[in-house]
Amino acid sequence: MFGQRIRRVEDPRLLSGRGRYLDDLGHDALAVAFVRSPHAHARIVDIDVSAALAVDGLVAIYTYDDLDGRTSEPLPLLIPHPTLNQGRTPYPLADGEVNHVGEAIAMVVASDRYVAEDVVGLIQVEYEPLPPVVGLAASRDGDALVHADVPGNVAATMVQEVGDAAAAIAAAAHRATLSLSIERSASMPMEGKGVLARWDADDESLLVHTSTQSSTSVRQAIAAKLSIPVDRVEVVTPDIGGGFGVKIVHPWPEEILVPWAARRLGQPVKWVEDRREHFISSAHERGQLHEVEVGYDDDGRLCGLSVRFWHDNGAYTPYGLIVPIITSTQLLGPYKPGAYRVEFQSMYTNTVIVTPYRGAGRPQGCFVMERVMDAIAADLGIDRAVVRERNFIQPAEMPYDHGLMFQDGRPLVYDSGDFPASLAKLKALVGWDEFDSFRAAARAEGRRVGIGLGCYVEGTGVGPYEGGHLRVETDGSVVVSTGLTSQGQGHQTMLAQIVADELGVEMERVRVTTGDTRRFKYAVGTFASRTAVMSGSAVALTARKVRAKALKIAANALEAAVDDLEIVDGQIRVKGSPGSEIDLGSVAVLSNPLRYAFDAGAARATQFAGPVDPTAPPVPEGEQPGLEGTDYYSPVGSTFANGMHAVVVETDPETAEINILRYCVVHDCGTVINPMIVEGQIHGGVAQGVAGALYERMEYDDAGQLLNASYMDFLMPYASEVPHIEIDHLETPSPLNPLGVKGAGEAGVIPGSAAIASAIEDAEGFPITAMPISPSELFALRAQHPRARHPSRKDPTLSTP
Amino acid sequence: MTTSHVDPASGEALHEVTLTVNGMPHRLRVPARRLLSDALRHDLRLTGTHVGCEHGVCGACTVLLEGRPTRSCLMFAVSVDGASVTTTEGCLEPDGGLGHVQQAFQDCHALQCGFCTPGFITTITAYLEDNPDPTEDEAREAIGGNLCRCTGYQNIVAAVLRAADIRRERAAS
Repeated sequence: MFGQRIRRVEDPRLLSGRGRYLDDLGHDALAVAFVRSPHAHARIVDIDVSAALAVDGLVAIYTYDDLDGRTSEPLPLLIPHPTLNQGRTPYPLADGEVNHVGEAIAMVVASDRYVAEDVVGLIQVEYEPLPPVVGLAASRDGDALVHADVPGNVAATMVQEVGDAAAAIAAAAHRATLSLSIERSASMPMEGKGVLARWDADDESLLVHTSTQSSTSVRQAIAAKLSIPVDRVEVVTPDIGGGFGVKIVHPWPEEILVPWAARRLGQPVKWVEDRREHFISSAHERGQLHEVEVGYDDDGRLCGLSVRFWHDNGAYTPYGLIVPIITSTQLLGPYKPGAYRVEFQSMYTNTVIVTPYRGAGRPQGCFVMERVMDAIAADLGIDRAVVRERNFIQPAEMPYDHGLMFQDGRPLVYDSGDFPASLAKLKALVGWDEFDSFRAAARAEGRRVGIGLGCYVEGTGVGPYEGGHLRVETDGSVVVSTGLTSQGQGHQTMLAQIVADELGVEMERVRVTTGDTRRFKYAVGTFASRTAVMSGSAVALTARKVRAKALKIAANALEAAVDDLEIVDGQIRVKGSPGSEIDLGSVAVLSNPLRYAFDAGAARATQFAGPVDPTAPPVPEGEQPGLEGTDYYSPVGSTFANGMHAVVVETDPETAEINILRYCVVHDCGTVINPMIVEGQIHGGVAQGVAGALYERMEYDDAGQLLNASYMDFLMPYASEVPHIEIDHLETPSPLNPLGVKGAGEAGVIPGSAAIASAIEDAEGFPITAMPISPSELFALRAQHPRARHPSRKDPTLSTP
Repeated sequence: MTTSHVDPASGEALHEVTLTVNGMPHRLRVPARRLLSDALRHDLRLTGTHVGCEHGVCGACTVLLEGRPTRSCLMFAVSVDGASVTTTEGCLEPDGGLGHVQQAFQDCHALQCGFCTPGFITTITAYLEDNPDPTEDEAREAIGGNLCRCTGYQNIVAAVLRAADIRRERAAS
């Protein structure tokens, strides 16, 4: 099964309308809607609910003053860091001050959602507006403060340095400085967030369904906030309509408030986010400004690199510094930077919070580093691919230690990868060396084309751990669970493939459950392209454990040696001795000595069913009843995938319209479990990369209003905007895990802006330093660069006619 | 359509509406402002139809109204009284197996999270009725009004072509 294009087991259910997403559950639950701030920054003077109280169907209105116990405290700061000394998190409902448009102020519970929204419209909130801080320029300038007690709007300053970058740059033969920026975008899954809570008063327990990427941690958070023993809380992720990072943050205010209200009211309560709420009250990412100084030798090799950047973290920092830490480390990509210094400041603004969005700081870092590579190539008149080759970490240098600390608090050590081979494959795929003849032919037709490159390394499969549980039922079916969640990546299929191979059963026998704390309580979550690495390895180890137990029992039953046995299609047999075999279901029966025969299979394991060894206990010492097992995988560090993209663009000489003619990907995620699923992940990532390069941005005005908070105005690509994607794979196995796999989920998005900027720059002959770029912006840039050289390289044979 | 009933919780006047959904007649009582998408999902409990934006842009809620693709989030249930509606549940084969478009989606890995998928299934089903043998460019055009955040559309385009093949194969057998 491993390595094959297996069709997904999830699909028949999802295709026939039998999926169960959050809002498909709890049809009779009370409905929730929120009063949210229309101001980016304001004090709440008064909340007047009097006009709303007469509405039929209203059940309750809650404000901050109703919150009790730990629900009245700020939400947790999920990932503390020693340098995050000014971390701030919001209250579930605003306590007197709002810091972004969309912050929740009052919660309405009503008989249905229509009524709840009627009530929201009748609640009058009086505000005293405060000066809003919008954008990094305003935040850095520090005239107005987001939080009065945070000087300069600086949440954190963090520095990492390897060697003496300033000295290395000063001593280099050549130097360049670049100023580079990326705007905000967002995960924007098709299904927003949602929470359904049912309080069982008799059992004093809570069952919560939430559209999350981390059900185990939501469970802990709810128990802590509501002061309920954690064993009285279960959290289940139903089918999830996409995550892309935004659903890893938790607990969202609603994940505390909905269970809190359900317990208080003694009735099921449900909240389903609408699209505008998702735009203004969930999360964005990507907004950063970067200042780069680089020194390099005559061959274009890096001597020293110094990067300062500013990260717009929005109004609060519940997810800590993960995104800028990733930028600061993964910026290095496949290259040796020489001496390296990076310093960032994480800055408050009166905008919605930032959480990881697929790529999580890597697209920005890749954009910065690849712009540096292109700048060096342009300055020295060297082919851009050659400059990259000269700076690559070589395969023989693996594992490669950068001397930095990664986002998991562990050393940044690349485990494997063959960057020269990846680039060679990409050049062949896109026809890098033949491009100049294509350019010349296009130019003869009056067309303007360019080619660009983007290379990245992605730390995937970060710890601390994941686990798996596997049980063989007496009918021979195999039930598997892992604690992390699934948002459409085909985890049920991928994990079933692994189990089928490891255990020796047909895939049809294997049923996988993810993200249900009733089934598996210890897990971290689905983020950082980690499921195949972490849960994949964990279920593989679990299956090996159960296989060993099955063989032991079967060896006893078949009177054979364990080493002589094999498992094929769920039958345990003596190798080369047909006829002597036992099926896994029967082994499961034998593994569980019984007193009561509840069915015919069970009868075989009862006390009078067969010969008995009166000197041994029914369950052998050191064993447990049942053919099941649990195991965990906890790696010493992340495994590093890599890839390279090449893009050919055409820019309209008159209108500055930008068209992608070709988009080529070479991808190395180690051993591939299911190429079909991996390619699907790359496709989706590339689409989001193209979106972030050419279409999507968050249009805030100076008052902090998000002007394009709808699918009508936020330019998410349709099929007409996403180019045909050509993919080639390289498989450099990871030495770190039992399967040799690396993560694949985020990769496709990472080099999008880098490669497309590179291609536009090549077509236009002037630097592209800010992404996304629209035709209007490109048109304006042309006016600023009337004497641009086309293409941009200092190649005397190709200078502009 | 009558208005002789009142919702006991909200006090809203209820209107009796008759809909034929996936070939089955249904009579339901809904407030005048009840969206068709909500009536299908929460009154008839046909949750295959999804709601992604509630402003008519994403296309996840697309159903076939008298055979034509229609955004059910932009329509009141009372305004389609007497109409015939097909949802993704109605695109299955009579024996409950996957319909030609649904089968093509599985074959081509044209869905990941599956949330936008019902709108694509209904849209493509109607499209192939009128255009049984599309080119790749036409296939891309056919899905141009629906948003998907997972797939980058590559495999959805392939699935349109594959669905056309399956449709022909099934018609022939």
